[in-house]
Amino acid sequence: MSGIATRDAYGEILAELGAENENIVVLDADLSGSTKTSGFAKKFPERFFNMGIAEANMIGTAAGLAAAGKIPFASTFAIFAVGRAWEQVRQSVAYPKANVKIVATHSGVTVGEDGGSHQSVEDIAIMRAVPNMTVIVPADGPETKLAIRAAAAYNGPVYVRLGRNKVPTIFDDSYRFSIGKGVQLRAGSDLTFIGTGLMTAQALSAAEKLSEAGISARVIHMPTIKPIDEEIIIAAARETGAIVTAEEHSVIGGLGGAVSEVLCDRFPAPVKKVGLNDRFGLSGKSDELLKYFGLMPEDLVAAAKEVLQRK
Amino acid sequence: MNARIEELKEKARRLRIDIVRTLHRSKSGHTGGSLSVIDILAVLYYYKMSHNPKDPKWAGRDRLVLSKGHAAPAQYVALADCGYFPKEDLKMLRQLGGHLQGHPDSKGTPGIEVCTGSLGQGLSMAVGMALALRLDNSSSRVYAVLGDGELQEGQVWEAAMASSHYRLDNLCIIIDANGLQIDGEVAKVMGVEPIAGKFGSFGCHVIEIDGHDIGAIVKALDDAEGIKGKPVAIVARTVKGKGVSFFENKASYHGVTPSDEELPKALECLGESCDGGEK
Repeated sequence: MSGIATRDAYGEILAELGAENENIVVLDADLSGSTKTSGFAKKFPERFFNMGIAEANMIGTAAGLAAAGKIPFASTFAIFAVGRAWEQVRQSVAYPKANVKIVATHSGVTVGEDGGSHQSVEDIAIMRAVPNMTVIVPADGPETKLAIRAAAAYNGPVYVRLGRNKVPTIFDDSYRFSIGKGVQLRAGSDLTFIGTGLMTAQALSAAEKLSEAGISARVIHMPTIKPIDEEIIIAAARETGAIVTAEEHSVIGGLGGAVSEVLCDRFPAPVKKVGLNDRFGLSGKSDELLKYFGLMPEDLVAAAKEVLQRK
Repeated sequence: MNARIEELKEKARRLRIDIVRTLHRSKSGHTGGSLSVIDILAVLYYYKMSHNPKDPKWAGRDRLVLSKGHAAPAQYVALADCGYFPKEDLKMLRQLGGHLQGHPDSKGTPGIEVCTGSLGQGLSMAVGMALALRLDNSSSRVYAVLGDGELQEGQVWEAAMASSHYRLDNLCIIIDANGLQIDGEVAKVMGVEPIAGKFGSFGCHVIEIDGHDIGAIVKALDDAEGIKGKPVAIVARTVKGKGVSFFENKASYHGVTPSDEELPKALECLGESCDGGEK
């Protein structure tokens, strides 16, 4: 289960795509070494634009590049791409449906030592609320590469949320990613875990622990938060009767919110949302923080047992 | 050339009449800033820019970004007059079912390049376009028209910094400096002077002109093309509400349209009688 960070996978695929399509251009805001756009910058310096510590202008410039036919990938940390430049994302990118890919790294509490100021825990909710925006949160390196390739091929605004740290590899070469599709990773009949990003691996571990206790948990990975795969959610609710969502994000408005909306509208079922409980992150080691904020497999096991009581 | 300038003056006068009539009809929209910028737009659309109303997406076109998007009526009347869409469409300005949104929207209106109107964002998009055109070895130029109040937005200066860092000599920034904003005088709300000095220190070649002197606008835009290795910023000193005496220099006409009583007087100021015939 060892693997690479999703940001490293991004750097690799971006350099590959740059060779395949000369319309791809990349922008960064003084974090190219961290977001891993530096690989592309080295290979294609004429198509790489460092915009300095000025995220609003970076997003607007990306929109202008798209308006003139380029396929811009704009990268910085999630807190700045979504937070600092939100209105530029809305007005200059989403409103005109510009073909801009915002690929943000260092999302969630696993940013670690930099602390709460730099840990974006509300970006999924914010991006999901914007019309025309597609929101993708890959679970591992291989899926990140497929998602970035799909984002490049799709004509319209896309937000991709990546992480800082190494994450376990879940997917092999046989995996087929498509925007808007969830994927079942484990069969189960008593309840369903729906995870996104690095929390999908935690859900797989939790399902394993539950099986030892005789509880059969289905695991669904939801890489696209918007548009969300409604059918796979409803089938899970119908067939297993209870849902636990898992995300490295606030429980407000993210994956848990999106799943709850679908079920409220179409197939009411008990849901337990695991994530950050309306609070900011903290400085610490990322594994300590996952424990502190209740994002470990054992926390998902407890959530499963709680939701089973409500069936 | 003099005859050409006279033609452009007459064109600007006709466009002012279209602005006044359109805004009177819509009962909603920004009169003052549309009238201050229209001489600049007239010279761009009828003299300076290469563009093709029959093929709005023609690859060889020059691009115009009206960052002060609240002056959309000025751009709309020019686009309609050029033939991008029927003049009839102006009657649906700001109306549900029409394509002429309150602020420029590239999704629905031919000839609009990007969505603007949230102030401060247009210059960044113009920078992106200029970078893309240079990558494509295109000789097309990008014109970004900003208001002076808009210069209070920090993003403008991020974009100005980038435009000179990337030596975008295919970019021409034009500031419609009418000195007024919604709450009053720019100098009193939040001073932005010296505008010329600021753009100069950000690395632009600066030209300062009377933004209602058609000959001066023509010359500045011609001269801008000769500047290599840096963007040009033209600081155009204008009068808000220009052409309609009782609108001129009044912040109160920022977002107010001509009333039924004001329409004939406004048209008279523009040398037009109310029934549409020449005076």
